[in-house]
Amino acid sequence: MSDQTPGAPTTVSRVPRESAAGEEAYLEVTDLQVQFPTADGLVRAVQGLSYSVPLRRTLAIVGESGSGKSVSSMAVLGLHDRRVARITGSIKVGGREIVNMSDKDLEGFRGGDAAMIFQDPQSSLHPYFTVGDQIMESYRAHNNVSKRAAKERAIDMLNRVGIPNPKRRVDQYPHEFSGGMRQRAMIAMALVNDPKLLIADEPTTALDVTVQAQILDLIADLQRDFGSAVVFITHDLGVVAEIADDILVMYAGTAVEHGPVNKILGEPLHPYAWGLLESIPALTGEPQPLHPIPGSPPSLLAVPSGCPFHPRCEFKDRVPDDWCTTLRPELVPRTADQGRTSRCHLKEPDKVFATEVLPRLP
Amino acid sequence: MLLYILKRVLSAISVVIVTLVASFALFFFAPTDPAGVICGPRCTPERVADIEASLGLDQPKAEQILLYMKGIVVGREYSTGGVVRECAAPCLGYSYTLGQPVTKLIGAALPVTVSIVLGGAVVYLLVGVLAGTIAAQVRGTSLDRFVVGTTLVVQAIPYFVFALLIALYATFLPDSGYHPITENPFLWASGLLAAWLTVGVTNAASYTRYSRASMIEALGQDFVRTATSKGISRRRVVYRHGLRAGLTPVVTIFGIDLAFQLTGAIFTESIFNLPGLGQLALRAFGQYDLPVLMGGVLIGSVLLVVMNLVVDIVYTFLDPRVRLG
Amino acid sequence: MTAATTPAKSGVRSVPGAPLLELENVKMHFKAKGEGLLARKTQWVQAVDGVDLTVQPGETLGLVGESGCGKSTTARLITRLLEPTAGQIRYQGVDIAHMSERKLRPYRREIQLIFQDPYSSLNPRHTVGTIVGTALRTHGMVAKSGELSRVQELLEVVGLNPEHYNRYPHEFSGGQRQRIGIARALAARPKIIVADEPVSALDVSIQAQVMNLLESLRKELGIAFVFIAHDLGVVRHFCDRIAVMYLGRVVEEGPRDSLYEKPQHPYTQALLSAVPDIGVVRGVPPKNRIRLVGDVPSPVDPPSGCRFRTRCWKAQDICATDDPALIERAPAQRVACHFAEPPAESILAETA
Ligand SMILES: Nc1ncnc2c1ncn2[C@@H]1O[C@H](COP(=O)(O)OP(=O)(O)O)[C@@H](O)[C@H]1O
Ligand SMILES: Nc1ncnc2c1ncn2[C@@H]1O[C@H](COP(=O)(O)OP(=O)(O)O)[C@@H](O)[C@H]1O
Ligand code: SF4
Ligand code: SF4
Ligand SMILES: [Mg+2]
Ligand SMILES: [Mg+2]
Repeated sequence: MSDQTPGAPTTVSRVPRESAAGEEAYLEVTDLQVQFPTADGLVRAVQGLSYSVPLRRTLAIVGESGSGKSVSSMAVLGLHDRRVARITGSIKVGGREIVNMSDKDLEGFRGGDAAMIFQDPQSSLHPYFTVGDQIMESYRAHNNVSKRAAKERAIDMLNRVGIPNPKRRVDQYPHEFSGGMRQRAMIAMALVNDPKLLIADEPTTALDVTVQAQILDLIADLQRDFGSAVVFITHDLGVVAEIADDILVMYAGTAVEHGPVNKILGEPLHPYAWGLLESIPALTGEPQPLHPIPGSPPSLLAVPSGCPFHPRCEFKDRVPDDWCTTLRPELVPRTADQGRTSRCHLKEPDKVFATEVLPRLP
Repeated sequence: MLLYILKRVLSAISVVIVTLVASFALFFFAPTDPAGVICGPRCTPERVADIEASLGLDQPKAEQILLYMKGIVVGREYSTGGVVRECAAPCLGYSYTLGQPVTKLIGAALPVTVSIVLGGAVVYLLVGVLAGTIAAQVRGTSLDRFVVGTTLVVQAIPYFVFALLIALYATFLPDSGYHPITENPFLWASGLLAAWLTVGVTNAASYTRYSRASMIEALGQDFVRTATSKGISRRRVVYRHGLRAGLTPVVTIFGIDLAFQLTGAIFTESIFNLPGLGQLALRAFGQYDLPVLMGGVLIGSVLLVVMNLVVDIVYTFLDPRVRLG
Repeated sequence: MTAATTPAKSGVRSVPGAPLLELENVKMHFKAKGEGLLARKTQWVQAVDGVDLTVQPGETLGLVGESGCGKSTTARLITRLLEPTAGQIRYQGVDIAHMSERKLRPYRREIQLIFQDPYSSLNPRHTVGTIVGTALRTHGMVAKSGELSRVQELLEVVGLNPEHYNRYPHEFSGGQRQRIGIARALAARPKIIVADEPVSALDVSIQAQVMNLLESLRKELGIAFVFIAHDLGVVRHFCDRIAVMYLGRVVEEGPRDSLYEKPQHPYTQALLSAVPDIGVVRGVPPKNRIRLVGDVPSPVDPPSGCRFRTRCWKAQDICATDDPALIERAPAQRVACHFAEPPAESILAETA
């Protein structure tokens, strides 16, 4: 992994994972609400979000910007300022409730059993401290060890995430690292305490594809070794396909579709998910016209009534009695398949997908 | 790193030399008659000629500059009316009105001003940075509003009014006056207390506001969120990660302020009767004591340049990205 | 050359039969930030170092490559926001590389630029009407009396409500702002638009909307495009021909299908192979992937010979000494590699 000598191509083949339902959840989010009272009104950033992730599995949360992905996952680490955010519902990590945890307990919890990687490694690392310093700080916050031992550990971790020459690199500053290396360093910092839960908030969005591929491999590798539960936030469905076991599609602060990756990407049941697939140009075959979703995502200050997607949904006319505009659909199984849920009133969505949407996918 | 500092020192020295020549030119090319002024009302042409000769005013301008510079490096002698006066290096000229070499005058005044300014700085930095940091942490609360409100009130009071108020009302403070720290540190401190308080409190208001703004920005940075996510204590997040970044812009302002305060502590010195640089300059200005004025300008510009240099060097310690090579 | 040019009313000269746009061995070297007073010698960032490109009227050329490879610099050279260090930039056969600002004016009208960032490229204190109207006025496109109706017409063309001409940029969403940028570019009735990552900052659903808009403009108005993106799917969707850049050079260039199906340069192969593909979950067999190691070298001191050699698994001794030329290896497909060859098996997973 740490082999960085030029001229050594790595050929990786990835096999889609089998779904393995029924494992005990390590992270369990139930009816999470996060609201921000602001001068313009109440921002309902997350509304009634529920999901769970067992150890050794990866849940991808996808959705457009502003759909509440970051806000909901920051809540899992208790990172919101309580004077700013109103949080209700329940977040259980390894059986412990986070929502009402005291500040003191949160400090012990964060970075120990649960750690987070952020989008922009450039701004997420402190420019004034060495990389080693920052990793050591994480380690020493949760382990009563000497500086020497912590430094050994930091060098170990840098080596583990594939940074060449870690003994020298440990004393360098973030600006001396390239973008990909910085993200590796962030990962090293997050994993230094062997967390059982890793939340990665768009960890590859700021990176180039070839570097992204390296980082995705690394996260998958590390997960295999550490056996942690991973929540991977992204807006790139291609990345989801590569890394996730399950997907949660978010729209306007709520989950609209949830289930195993091959089902959701192979046969999605929610019109929003259809719209996303129809917006992505393919890499093979004759280029097909794109069918973008009309309009833009709603402001979370005024989430539409009924189904929040209805102003942009081309299928709402198929649903009787104005349900789409008046009645908020529940996140429930919509077909015989019990392993997946979706939040939509549309009847027989599987048939609609097969007959109308599938033929026109790019 | 060393190269960087060396480079900075070199450029600082060149700036000082340029300032030296410029201030020299400014004074000596001015259409005035320094010798006449020095000579006073009952003056004879012989005396004027004598003074001019001693000041070197009869020489060509370029030579005068060289002479002046030479005096700075090796010292020189002044002779008026047969009296020879020794002016040891670094000789900045000779004050006829006070009958002393300028270097000696400035040498006596400088510690006073430095004591006032640095002591005041300790007060306003401690108070300002701490209050600003706390306000930033509790941003939007009534404590924050109280802090910001207080700074507004303090800033609304003109500086000299504040100094007068302290001089008039804070009578419980020890008498002000200057005693060298080498002789009696306690007296030194007690004599300067009123001045420190004035400089400290008036500046603390603006430093509170700088620090608050700078800390609010720093605490909103992604790396502060990262630090929080590590599970370290809030205090450590704020004072290690936040303050380190938030302090940088404050240091810049501080460096510039300090240089100006060193050259402009006139009010404080006058009101509390401290014989500092400001007082010296004020008197020299009134009596048209050219050598002292020039020396003052020179010292002032050197101080500015040195402070800039110090800020730059402190920067390299604060922000590793500035360290080159 | 002057003899062959035909001056037009617009002030834009042209050589008959010349391509719309031609870059020949164009170089842009920026002075690297001073390494100090005592620095040994000035260093140069070779942001663009010998780029050859051709665009025919109405054609779309895609420019892909990782960040820092010189795409934006190329865009700013084509639009002459930068003056190249060396090389020729010919517009309809006329070299505009070092043309004076005054002579350049008519060319500026015909070559328009769209920026990536719809937030910072619009003046926040100007209404949309002013922004688009200024573009009209700068190029003397309409009489004062017809300005408003032309502005509204343009807003309609890019899918904005023409009644919103007196609103400010912040009142629009990201996608809408990008549409304003497009309307501003269209105001000049350009023959070619250089679009620097026009959809990279947008969400997928909005990105598809803007792509469809650009597509319809291209079809209806016959505007040629230089389309820059780092998303290989987006580029493939929009472009007839694609050039892949690496460290200031074009390493491979060719028609869309041959480039995506039979890429011959190792870097192109690695790039395509790194794109995550949703095909995997749809029963498409997993593809074998090439993983590059290490980072892109600094453009201040690029490797000798082939610039890709420090990360290339096929590199031989010759790669360090001989700079491979960009030569035709398949019909219309040019590759800069001593050992160019199509991949043994398809890099991209085949769709069923
Ligand atoms: N501190 C805050 N105050 C007010 N609104 C906020 C705050 N933080 C986030 N939001 C809003 O919450 C919504 C969801 O944001 P976020 O979770 O960051 O979206 P994303 O899915 O792109 O990660 C956005 O509309 C954002 O403006
Ligand atoms: N004005 C400039 N001065 C110095 N270097 C520059 C300047 N503009 C761009 N560069 C450098 O040129 C290289 C290419 O940049 P750019 O064209 O923006 O790449 P891209 O758009 O492909 O990401 C980068 O290394 C960048 O740092
Ligand atoms: S509930 Fe109605 S509006 Fe919402 S996604 Fe389903 S069909 Fe569309
Ligand atoms: S020329 Fe050599 S180093 Fe360059 S891409 Fe071809 S094989 Fe690789
Ligand atoms: Mg986010
Ligand atoms: Mg760019």
